[in-house]
Amino acid sequence: MSELLQFLVSGLTVGAIYAAIALGFTLIYNASGVVNFAQGEFVVIGGMTAAALIGAGVPVWIAAPLAVVAGMLVGVALYRAAIRPAREAPLVSLIIITIGASIFLRGAMQAVFDKQIHRYDGFSGDAPLRVGGATILPQSLWIIGGSIAVFAFLAWFLNRTRAGRGIKATASNRMAAALVGINTGRAMNLSFALSAAIGALAGVLATPVTFTSYDVGVLMALKGFSATMLGGVGSPLGALAGGLLIGLIEAMTAGYISSDYKDASAFVVILLVLFLRPQGLFGARITERV
Amino acid sequence: MTRQAVAAGISALALLAGAPALAEIRIGASLAITGPAAFLGDPEAKTLEMLVEELNASGGINGEEVELIVYDDGADPNKARTFATRLIEEDEVVAVIGGSSTGATMAMAPLFADYEIPFISLAGAVVIIDPVQEFVFKTPHTDRMACEKIFADITSRGLSRVGLISGTGGFGASMREQCLSVAEASGVEIVADESYGGSDSDMTPQLTNIAATDGIEAIVNPGFGQGPAVVTRNYAQLGLDLPFYQSHGVASDEFIKLAGDSANGVRLPATPLLIPDQLAEDDVQRQPVQDYIAAYEEAYGEKPSTFGGYAYDAFHLLVDAIERAGSTDPVEIRDALEATEGHAGVTGVYSFSPEDHMGLDLSAFRILEIEDGGWTPVEQ
Amino acid sequence: MAGQGTTTDAAPADTGRHAYLKNGEARRPRIGPGLRTFLIFAVLVGLGALIFPSSYFYRVGTLVWINTLAVTGIVVLLGYVGLVSLGHAGFFAIGAYATAILPSYGIPSPLAMLAGVGMAGGLALIVGRPILKLSGYYLAIATLGLGMLIWMVLSKEAWLTGGPDGMVVSGMNARNLFKLVGLKLKSAEAWYWVAGFAAATGAAIAVNLARSPSGRALRAIHDSDVAARSLGVDVARAKSRAFVISAIYAAVAGALLALANGYITPETGGFMHSVEMVTMAVLGGATSVFGALVGALILTALPQVLTVFADYEHMVLGGIMVVTMIAMRRGLVPFIADLWNRRKS
Repeated sequence: MSELLQFLVSGLTVGAIYAAIALGFTLIYNASGVVNFAQGEFVVIGGMTAAALIGAGVPVWIAAPLAVVAGMLVGVALYRAAIRPAREAPLVSLIIITIGASIFLRGAMQAVFDKQIHRYDGFSGDAPLRVGGATILPQSLWIIGGSIAVFAFLAWFLNRTRAGRGIKATASNRMAAALVGINTGRAMNLSFALSAAIGALAGVLATPVTFTSYDVGVLMALKGFSATMLGGVGSPLGALAGGLLIGLIEAMTAGYISSDYKDASAFVVILLVLFLRPQGLFGARITERV
Repeated sequence: MTRQAVAAGISALALLAGAPALAEIRIGASLAITGPAAFLGDPEAKTLEMLVEELNASGGINGEEVELIVYDDGADPNKARTFATRLIEEDEVVAVIGGSSTGATMAMAPLFADYEIPFISLAGAVVIIDPVQEFVFKTPHTDRMACEKIFADITSRGLSRVGLISGTGGFGASMREQCLSVAEASGVEIVADESYGGSDSDMTPQLTNIAATDGIEAIVNPGFGQGPAVVTRNYAQLGLDLPFYQSHGVASDEFIKLAGDSANGVRLPATPLLIPDQLAEDDVQRQPVQDYIAAYEEAYGEKPSTFGGYAYDAFHLLVDAIERAGSTDPVEIRDALEATEGHAGVTGVYSFSPEDHMGLDLSAFRILEIEDGGWTPVEQ
Repeated sequence: MAGQGTTTDAAPADTGRHAYLKNGEARRPRIGPGLRTFLIFAVLVGLGALIFPSSYFYRVGTLVWINTLAVTGIVVLLGYVGLVSLGHAGFFAIGAYATAILPSYGIPSPLAMLAGVGMAGGLALIVGRPILKLSGYYLAIATLGLGMLIWMVLSKEAWLTGGPDGMVVSGMNARNLFKLVGLKLKSAEAWYWVAGFAAATGAAIAVNLARSPSGRALRAIHDSDVAARSLGVDVARAKSRAFVISAIYAAVAGALLALANGYITPETGGFMHSVEMVTMAVLGGATSVFGALVGALILTALPQVLTVFADYEHMVLGGIMVVTMIAMRRGLVPFIADLWNRRKS
């Protein structure tokens, strides 16, 4: 029983990280119809910036927000330099552009920071808490709480605020949105800024548990992308559920079946879901956009 | 038009021809300076660059200046093979150091036999030197030796039932296999065998399973990079108190920094590079170890790693061989290299022979225990 | 949103290409487009051999031709039909590993190659049906997942594949092929000719395919699934066929690389390699085999040029990908062809 609990704790911690990345994907997708493969790099930017600042003696409560802001600035820069000029480009071009941007950012981080693995102390110390027969790190609670908070914020923001509704309207029909007076350019800038901030926040929260280095972004993006697809593109609830599910599937496979095929199990489930329910678990049937 | 574009592309390719050879000794290297094995290739490249500068400042080899040509193969065997061809054909090097990873090394190896150029690999796996290839040498100990050393320490504590938790990258997978194959002969039994992906962030499920295995007495974690640090933290998080062993793959201060207090009590086989001040005055490795650390710290402001040490040894072995050969003919250098006897490096004391192109024995490894965030040799 | 984004772009690309082909036909009516493509490639292969000063150039040239062959498969899938695959390195690796593994079970290299190609094609046939029902990003993630699964099997099943460190490929050396006819070549040169011949043949077949009735069916699907269906095209079958053909191209290229390198690792089947293949196609221009060649040439030669700036290689590479996609959406070859046509008119 305590084993099951430990697997659950592990799966939720890891899943919450995937979920945060998936939420970032979702926001950009909602605004622009672009799946941003550079999303993983924001996680790294957040983690590396925080690690560098904390390493330089900046207290964590200043370093963490600064790292999120750094991610946000890069997000806006990415939109203006690479996505906006390619707005009407075909899907494959957008995939290549965002992958190209992620390779570029990886190179830039290697030049700006270094090639070492980094970590800093957990926000509430590193002494594990005992829950039932299982142990959980206080930082895991930060990560899980952070993901849920981001989800709640996005759900509220997209449905309840003018700016959020603007983003949704821009996504479904840019022309119509512009006609009813929505500043579509601002909506796009905002969505990239927020999405990058979410990614960087995930990096800042996760680094004490997962560590970070300049090249972990691709894997983060792949896992986040998978979570997004599993949950259903464009749905914040889907992103949260998809992320947590992949984390749990991995932990359960490692715990009960074989740690060798832990990663494989996640992809098998994704393929099955896509075959049986192509729109993902929570996604609306996707509309063909030409 | 298309044809012209392609022709233009090809003539652009022709412009890539390397600079003409000058009258100096050229040594080539293909290392994983970026990519997944960057933490191997990066210190290796830094070490080589530092050593070449040092060597030329003190007059080169037999009065001739040495030029080092380094390419970054990103641990990609395909690139490594191309760069090896380039080093041999275009840069006209007399010897090549490198292959940070086993894959890159093995992809390059056949070329050196074809062109008769000596090659010193910095990668770990046994396959590189077993069977022996005439022109291929290597400086790191093999993963098999690491397993033997760890198992010897485990049995000396009166324990025998071991659980493995291995990284799935090249290093972890290869060492896992070697540990499984030498377990029986070393008198231990592998009772649990788990693995994790190189960038996984939580290994508590695997450790929970290992800890729940009947009669488990010790845990060994072959792997490198961030994985072992995460495993070590998870190990402490779960409150396990079995004897816990890491591999030489994490023998660096970086590991203690990443694993924090959780690292205390961890044992691993390592080179003397980690304990420069605790080496006996008459230890032949004391001098090279202290020289290397001092020079590296001065050049880069950080401590050298075990992996940089492999490059240090490879370079010195090569320079020594060129000096003894008194020639820059690659075949004569190879012969001199194979005749190396009792060369004290930072990793160990090397003695090559036609049957042994690694030249280290188990004494090159020392079992260290981490105490209060520092390294302490375990009395044996 | 199924890759049909390319729809709007495909039309001018095609006109450009057809115009080009028509010009040629007018001049030399008796040479078919496939044969002509083959001859153009053959001339380029020969040209390379004329100017290459050393084995190193032959080595890079070999990689260019092998990549061209693999990317030609992507051209069929992406350029002709408009389907995005982020997992084709998986098929590439199946071809490579079959060629590496089977000889140790007593099967000669040429048969092992065939078997690998057959396996890749068979797998594409089996998984193609369910996967190809998806479109756009869903297709991308499904192919990505498939590629990842193949990569994982190759890295985990060490008893068979040597694990993540890879395995030695023993067997056929192209040099021996030439010895049969009394030619003594260095092995780097021998592989260059073999790879060049394979790329030329592959390009010719792809060009012929484009002009066959089933090629026209593929083009119709590229424009619109619905429209193609109303024209009586069996869309599912046509897509599946393109998927299998492109998998075969990848597998043949993989087998050649395995033999030419003598060593392979699971990274040949990794995600980044899949991305690299698609990037080559899109960079050069995914609608024609010449795009495949130009894309393969640039991305293969570039890292060799960039060794001087090794520290900035990633930034340059990523930057080139982004800038090309923004400035020349249909890739270099159509872009330059357009410029040429505009200047002429």
